[in-house]
Amino acid sequence: MYVDREKALQLELAPLTVDIERGRLRLFAKAIGETDPVYTDLDAARRAGHPDLPVPPSFLGNAIELDVPNPLEWLLALGVDTTSTLHGEQSFVYHKMVHAGDSLVLHRRIADVYTKKGGALEFVVKQTDIKRGDELVAVTFCSIAVMHREVAA
Amino acid sequence: MTLSDVTVGMELPPLEIGPISRRTLALFAGGSGDHQPIHIDIDAAKARGREDVIGHGMLAMAHLGRFLTNCVPQERIRSYKARFAAVTPVLANPTCRGRVVAIDDGLATLDLTVTLADGTVTVRGEAVVDLR
Repeated sequence: MYVDREKALQLELAPLTVDIERGRLRLFAKAIGETDPVYTDLDAARRAGHPDLPVPPSFLGNAIELDVPNPLEWLLALGVDTTSTLHGEQSFVYHKMVHAGDSLVLHRRIADVYTKKGGALEFVVKQTDIKRGDELVAVTFCSIAVMHREVAA
Repeated sequence: MTLSDVTVGMELPPLEIGPISRRTLALFAGGSGDHQPIHIDIDAAKARGREDVIGHGMLAMAHLGRFLTNCVPQERIRSYKARFAAVTPVLANPTCRGRVVAIDDGLATLDLTVTLADGTVTVRGEAVVDLR
């Protein structure tokens, strides 16, 4: 079943509040093998001119939006079989640096739905505007690929 | 790399990530917030027709981000995108590579890739870095 594009573009997604914690950033740094102390050591971060530990470039991507109860609810609401999905693409446009201690609100909506390969692949694009108070700090797009195995590519 | 020395065609020194262990995937699940079982639970992976767990796309993007911030201060990065072209099997050995492909008005565009030891390109990325 394909996604109803008009319905998708109007789907309301609840905003997410994300409080950036130092411990979480240190675990992220450990997981990716980050050795630059700016990302884990507060003194090093401050010496580099940061008010606190900086949030690395991809931290505010799709993964952080999955860290909620029922993270795939929005895809299910569109009738997507979540066992046939892959993360296709993620992109960021940065406006301001974000640091530990910041409280962010992620405003989300479906920006686009389109198919490729004769309908064998369908892409649902979610746009997330990331705000700190009134300030837009980054915009990120997450593209989920839905595989339609019934369609020969 | 000094920003003033950046020229078109310049290659960034490749970064070898080392094997993507199950421990890495578990740590990244906790650090990133992506707890989807396909990355950390072999039973769930098998139930979805895979032989084993696979790496998170966002882990590869984070490795490429680390590669990028090792070369340029993060506040210079204006945009960054990644297309996930192939899955990363557990125990794979990814390498991050990057090359400057254009400089316009003080903005450098970098082509980025993550490749596995067998040559499979798992991520094709692009970043725009402010050199001014």
